Amino acid sequence: MLGKLSWTAIPFDQPIPLLAAALVGVVIIGVLAWVALKGWLPYLWREWITSVDHKRIGIMYTLLAMVMLLRGFADAIMMRSQQALAFRSDGYLPPEHYDQIFSAHGTLMIFFVAMPFVIGLMNFVMPLQLGIRDVAFPTLNSVSLWLTATGALLVNISLVVGEFARTGWLPYPPLSEIAYSPGVGVDYYLWALQISGVGTLLTGVNFVTTVLKIHGPGMTYMRMPMFCWTTLASNLLIVAAFPILTATLAMLLLDRYLGFHFFTNEAGGNVMMFMNLIWAWGHPEVYILILPAFGIFSEVISTFSGKPLFGYRSMVMATMAICILSFTVWLHHFFTMGAGADVNAIFGIASMIIAVPTGVKVFNWLFTMYGGRVVYSPPILWSIGFMVTFVIGGMTGVLLAVPPADFVLHNSLFLVAHFHNVIIGGVLFGAFAGYNYWFPKAFGFRLHEGLGKAAFWCWLIGFYVAFMPLYVVGLMGMTRRMQHYDVSAWRPWLLIAAGGAVIILAGIILQIAQLAVSIGRREELRDVTGDPWDGRSLEWATPSPPPAFNFAVLPRIEAQDAYWGVKQRVRQQARLGEEPGYSAIEMPRNSPTGFICAFFATLMGFALIWHIWWIVALAALGAYATFVVFAWRDRVEYIIPADVVARIDRANRSARSEALGSPVQAAP
Amino acid sequence: MPAKSNDWPNAAGLAQRLRSTSARAGRCVVVMTPFFLTACQPAVLDPQGSIGIAEKTVLIDSLAIMLAIVVPTIAATLGFAWWFRASNSRATYLPDWAYSGRIELVVWAIPLHVIILVGGVAWIGSHDLDPAKPLASDTSPLEIQGVSMDWKWLFIYPSERVASVNQLVVPAGVPIHFSLTSASVMNAFFVPQLGSMIYTMNGMRTQLNLRADAPGTFLGLSSHYSGDGFSGMHFDVRALPPAQFAAWIDATRNSGPILDAGTYTALARQSMNASPFTFRAADPELFQQIVTQKLPPGPGPQTGHPNPSVSPRTEH
Repeated sequence: MLGKLSWTAIPFDQPIPLLAAALVGVVIIGVLAWVALKGWLPYLWREWITSVDHKRIGIMYTLLAMVMLLRGFADAIMMRSQQALAFRSDGYLPPEHYDQIFSAHGTLMIFFVAMPFVIGLMNFVMPLQLGIRDVAFPTLNSVSLWLTATGALLVNISLVVGEFARTGWLPYPPLSEIAYSPGVGVDYYLWALQISGVGTLLTGVNFVTTVLKIHGPGMTYMRMPMFCWTTLASNLLIVAAFPILTATLAMLLLDRYLGFHFFTNEAGGNVMMFMNLIWAWGHPEVYILILPAFGIFSEVISTFSGKPLFGYRSMVMATMAICILSFTVWLHHFFTMGAGADVNAIFGIASMIIAVPTGVKVFNWLFTMYGGRVVYSPPILWSIGFMVTFVIGGMTGVLLAVPPADFVLHNSLFLVAHFHNVIIGGVLFGAFAGYNYWFPKAFGFRLHEGLGKAAFWCWLIGFYVAFMPLYVVGLMGMTRRMQHYDVSAWRPWLLIAAGGAVIILAGIILQIAQLAVSIGRREELRDVTGDPWDGRSLEWATPSPPPAFNFAVLPRIEAQDAYWGVKQRVRQQARLGEEPGYSAIEMPRNSPTGFICAFFATLMGFALIWHIWWIVALAALGAYATFVVFAWRDRVEYIIPADVVARIDRANRSARSEALGSPVQAAP
Repeated sequence: MPAKSNDWPNAAGLAQRLRSTSARAGRCVVVMTPFFLTACQPAVLDPQGSIGIAEKTVLIDSLAIMLAIVVPTIAATLGFAWWFRASNSRATYLPDWAYSGRIELVVWAIPLHVIILVGGVAWIGSHDLDPAKPLASDTSPLEIQGVSMDWKWLFIYPSERVASVNQLVVPAGVPIHFSLTSASVMNAFFVPQLGSMIYTMNGMRTQLNLRADAPGTFLGLSSHYSGDGFSGMHFDVRALPPAQFAAWIDATRNSGPILDAGTYTALARQSMNASPFTFRAADPELFQQIVTQKLPPGPGPQTGHPNPSVSPRTEH
C-alpha cells in the first residue's frame, strides 16, 4: 500500500536531523498559523500564490532562495565544524550523516539558492528594463516557480523521511547506482532535480522568447541594458543545457528503477559517459549562474558611478562569447581520467580562452568607474568586493585548467576553495548586490544602509577567512569530502576556516537584521520618487513598487540607458513630456495552475521515491487534469480601466517632476 | 602490521578477519595513525619525486604569469574606486565617457596574451607530464597494480608475486608503472608528494608513472569520494632504498595469507579503516581478471539500518 515507506524510514536514532526538521516544522507551522490568524490566507492565495505577475513571481523566487540559503548554510557550518573536530577522531557526525550533509549542501546551494536567486532577479527586472508589461508566458512562469519549490520541498522532506543522497552533489555512478546506494537518498535527489529541472527549462524558454520577441517600441538589441543581454545568454544556456541534465538523470533513473545499464559496472554500462554528460550540462550551468550576476554588476557599477557602461559593444560580445565557449570546456572537470595529452591540452586551453572575455568584462567595469563619481552604497560595495575576489577565483580557475597543475589539485580543497571563490564571490555577491539595488523598486522602501554595509564586510572578511585556508590545505594534498583525517598539518587551517564560517554567519544575521529593521523603519526609508539611485534603465521610470501593468503607456526607447536620456531631456526642458492619452490595459488573469500542478508534482515525486505506484498514477492524472482545465479556460485576461491607469500614472508623474525639479503638467 | 603466517589462509577466515578489523578499526586507527602519519607532511609544494617536482614548476610558472596581471588589476580596481569616489572633488568627472577604441584593444589584448603564455605552459606540460608516459630512466620500471576497493587499497606486485593492503612499499629512485582499476566504485589514486593523481574505474585500466627520488614515507589517499568509508582510504607510501625494498619483498613472500580469487572476493566486501597487511603468493593474473570483470564487482552495502533499501548504514 505504501511501497517502501514505513515508520522505519524516520531516523529516530539520529537526533540532529530530527531536531533540525522539528525546528523547521515549528517555524513553518508558526508562520502559517500567524498568517491564518491574521486572516491573510485569502490575500496570500489571491495576490501571491496564484499570481502570474513577473514581479511577484520574481520576489517569491528570491524569497525561496534566501530561505534555502539558511538551510544550505546550516549544512556548511556543520561541515566546517565536523572537519575542525574530526582530527584523529570521528567528530560528531558519522560518515553516513556527514555524506548526506555535503551532498545536500551542494545540491541546495546550486539548485535551490543560486538558481532561484538569479531567476528571481531576472524575473523581476528584465520585463521592466525591456519596457514591457510581463514575460511571454505568465502562467508558465508561475508553473516554473512552483515546480522549483517542489524540488526544494522534496530535498527538505528527505531530512525526516528516509535519507538524502550520500553521493556528492553530482551523483557519479556507480556509487549512485542501486548496487552501491540502495537507499532512497539518490531517488530524492533525482526526482527533486527532475521536477525542478522542468521548471528551470520552462523559465529558459519563457525568458528567451521574451527577450527575443517582446520589446517595448524602439528597444533594439543594441539598446538593451546589459542585464537583459546576460539574461538572454543565460537562458539560451538553460534551453541548451538543461535537457542534457534531464536526459542524464533520466538514464540514471532507468538504471535504478528498471534495471537498465547505462552507467552500471555490469552489462556494458559506462561511468565515463555519465561524467561527460553531466559536465556537458554542469559547465554551462556555472555560466547560467554567473552571467546574470555579470549583468547585475554592469547595472550597479554604471549607476553608482553616474556613467554609462564602458565598452557596451565589447560587453555584449564578451557575453555571447562566454555563452558559446561554455559548451566547449566540460572535459576540464576530469583531466585525471587519463584521456591523453592532446585531449587534456586542448580542453585546458579552451577553458582558459573563456578567461579572455571574462577579463575584458573586468577591465570594462574598471573603466566604467574611471571618470565616475562612485557613491558607496551597499550594491557597489558588493560589486567592488566581487571584482577583487572574482579576479582571484578566476586566476585559480585558470590554474586548474592547466592539466599538470590539475593532476595535483583536482578534487582537493583547493578546488573547493576555487569554486566557492567564484560562486560566492561572483554569483552570491551579485545576487546580494541586486537584492540591495532592486529592493526599493520591489517594495517601495530602501534597505538600511549601515546594516547592509556591515553585512557586506562580514561576508567579505568571512569569505577570505573561510576559503583562503582551504586553498592552503588543498596545496597540502587534502582532498574534499573527508569525514575525518589524521594529518596534523591540516588542522590549524581547518580551524581558521571554521572561524571564517562563523564570520559569514554574522554577515547572514546582519542581513536578517537589515531586512527586519528596514521593514520596521519603512516610512523613513520610503522611496517616493521611484528612482532612489538616479538610475539609468527603464525600471526606474516606474513607481516603487510598480503597478501590475508596469507602464501606463509603453515607453518609446530612443537610446541606450533609456531612462537616463528621458531625465536629461526633462532637466533641459525643465518640464515633463506631454501627458499621454491613457487607455484600458489588458493583463493576464491570476491562475492557480502552477500551484496545483506543483502540488501534484510533489505528491508524484514523493510517491515515486517510495514506490507507491497508485499515488504516482493519481498524481500524474491530477497534474494532467490541471493542465487540461487551464487549456480550456474561457477568460484569459482582465481589464484595468483607463481611469485607474491614469490615476496611478499621474501620481507617478507628479512624484517624478518634483524629484526632477520641473513643474507638474496640468491634467487635461 | 604484517599478518602472521597461516593466520587465516582461506576466504572465510579472511572475511572474519576483515569484520573484526573494521570492528576494531576505531581503536586501531587511534593507536596507529600518529606513528605513520606524523612523519609525513603531505604537500604538493614539497614534492619528493620527479613528476611532482615538474608539476610544482608548472603550477608556479602559471601562477607567476597570471599574477603579473592579476595584482595590477586588483590594485587598479581599488585605486579607481577610491580616487573616483563622489566626495573627491579633484577627480575628473566624465559623465558620458563610455568608449575608447585604444583601451578596448588593450583590454582584449591583455588577457589574450596571458592565455597564450599559460596555454603554452599547458600544452607542453600536458604532453611532458601525461600520466601514461613512461619516465626516462636507465632502470626498467617496477610494475605495481593498484585496486581501489570498498574501502581500502590493494596493491599487487605481479612480478614479485606479493600484494599489500593499505600500504605501498616502493624502491626509491626506480620508476614505477602503476596499472590501476577499481573493484567497485570510482576512486582516485593520489600520493601528493609524488605527483599526478588518476581515477580508478571498474572494468577499466588507467596508468600512471611516478618515481620517489629518495627514501621517505609519504601519505597516499583516495582523492575521489567513494562512499561512507572513503575517509579511511589512506595509506603510507614507504620509499625504501633498493636493497631494503628487496628485503621487504623477501620477507613479505614468507608471511601472510595467499591472494587468489577466493581471498579477493572476501576482501571485496565493504570494510572501513582497514589496517595494513600483506599477502604472500599473489596471483599475477588477478588484476587482469578484475579489469576484465571475470571477478565480479564488489557487492556494495550488505548491512542496513533499519532497512537497506531505505537508508543502509554501516555498523560501528
